Amino acid sequence: MKMDNDADIRLSGVGKTFGRGENAVRAIGDATLDMKRGDFISLLGPSGCGKTTLLRIIAGLEQPTEGEVLVRGRPVWNGEKRSAEATRPISMMFQEARLFPWFTVAENVALPLRLRGVNRAEREERAFALCETVGLKGFERMRPSALSGGMRQRASLARALITGPQVLLLDEPFGALDAMTRDTLNLELMSVCQQARVTTILVTHSITEAAFLSDRVVVLAPRPARITEVVEMPFERPRSLDLQRRTEFQDMLVHLRASLTGDH
Amino acid sequence: MAGDRFLRIALPTATVVVFLVLWTVYVRTAEVSAFILPTPLEIVAAFVELVGDPDIWHHALVTVIEAVSGFLIAVAIGITLGMAMARIQVLEWAFKPFIVCLQLIPKIALAPLFILWFGFGLESKIVIAAALSFFPVFSNALVAFRSVEPGDRDVFTMLQATPFQRFVMLDLPTALPVVLAGMEVAVVMSMIGAIVGEFIGGNEGLGYLAVAMLQELRVPGLFAVIVLLTLIGLSLYTLIAQLRGWLTPWHTSVMQGNRDA
Ligand SMILES: Nc1ncnc2c1ncn2[C@@H]1O[C@H](COP(=O)(O)OP(=O)(O)OP(=O)(O)O)[C@@H](O)[C@H]1O
Ligand SMILES: [Mg+2]
Repeated sequence: MKMDNDADIRLSGVGKTFGRGENAVRAIGDATLDMKRGDFISLLGPSGCGKTTLLRIIAGLEQPTEGEVLVRGRPVWNGEKRSAEATRPISMMFQEARLFPWFTVAENVALPLRLRGVNRAEREERAFALCETVGLKGFERMRPSALSGGMRQRASLARALITGPQVLLLDEPFGALDAMTRDTLNLELMSVCQQARVTTILVTHSITEAAFLSDRVVVLAPRPARITEVVEMPFERPRSLDLQRRTEFQDMLVHLRASLTGDH
Repeated sequence: MAGDRFLRIALPTATVVVFLVLWTVYVRTAEVSAFILPTPLEIVAAFVELVGDPDIWHHALVTVIEAVSGFLIAVAIGITLGMAMARIQVLEWAFKPFIVCLQLIPKIALAPLFILWFGFGLESKIVIAAALSFFPVFSNALVAFRSVEPGDRDVFTMLQATPFQRFVMLDLPTALPVVLAGMEVAVVMSMIGAIVGEFIGGNEGLGYLAVAMLQELRVPGLFAVIVLLTLIGLSLYTLIAQLRGWLTPWHTSVMQGNRDA
């Protein structure tokens, strides 16, 4: 098969069963999906339907029991072994903030750079700049325990962005945030992803957020997660919050909600 | 808050003062012989005399050297074994039941044996101190290095961290608070080990001195030695607790302590 150079993420027939025999849980059915460089897609589905599992499979943290994942043409798994090559361009923001209490906020944000051997001065500079972007100015030298839940998630987002990733996996990044901060960060995220042509997969429970940010919304049905529909979001970019008031957008939300609850 | 602060100093002080007064009154009224129980003031006098004697510092130094050497040996072996078993399941299966069985032996009862094997010098006491303080370090290290959360590991996996980076920036800081808590217990055990060793054999150290005092029926002097031992034990314990504050300032137990202080 000749690789399409522009295909950034390719899932072919991915399935995942946890456990064996009677206790087996089939988390993912047969997921097939192609993403081009710079695509922004959202995974929309009820709680427990396998969204996190799907992201973890793409990130190489979980091995699929069937099918294959290619990131920029490279298989994420070589047999039993996770491929460092394939996963290097990926940055993942987890459902929990996962900040480390022994580092300050800025040190947490700069951790990916530190692990890559970037010198201290440059690390600090980039971490401070990014903290400002996500609205954590003034908190850089504090410990994560001094932050609110939402602020921790923002620090976690900053940590995911600091390396300038080519592929970004976000697991319900803004769950703990108020609507206003959420809008601000969504706009920020959208512009970052668009400028750097980051291929992004966002897991969210918010239909509005999914429709607003994405090129395509992937609707999942539960147990095992199956892709029920992939809906194109035909809204031109760049988008502003005004889009959310337009009737086409509202109609799209109605459509997505129907698709999610399974009545057409 | 200021009232709380006052009470937290005044109340324990009052408890101690009342205890000392009751003690004095009891000794005076019941006419207890000074050979059996001296009054606190007699003990203070004996203590002043004791620390005025230049010989005493030699004995104190010997006991400290024994306890600290034993402690350090226990820490080195305990952390190494705990860490290795936390990492390598087969090692735990192979050795942990054995180590737990060893722990069940009352190690104080082994002290005479260690004297027999290692002689009447410092070595035997160091071995006893190490034997007594090993287990708290080991068992805490085993739990500590195992308590790294899979989700935290995933973060380091995604960041392509090398095993060494992960050890230094994740495993070690995660384990440190629990390991240090084990070391706090261990340092007290090491003092006990050194003293028991000196009771049994040898002619140096504060434990030896305590026995000598008893044989000469210098009971206030015996109490003075006990006070000195307590102060040394307290200093060692405080040192480790301090270390915990320096090394793991982020940890909740430390932050809680700071808030209390
Ligand atoms: N390690 C595991 N072992 C066994 N079952 C698992 C494991 N991880 C996930 N599952 C199961 O797989 C299913 C999907 O879980 P997943 O975490 O992917 O859901 P989700 O869509 O992310 O849910 P939420 O929106 O609540 O975060 C669940 O039924 C869960 O119990
Ligand atoms: Mg999830």
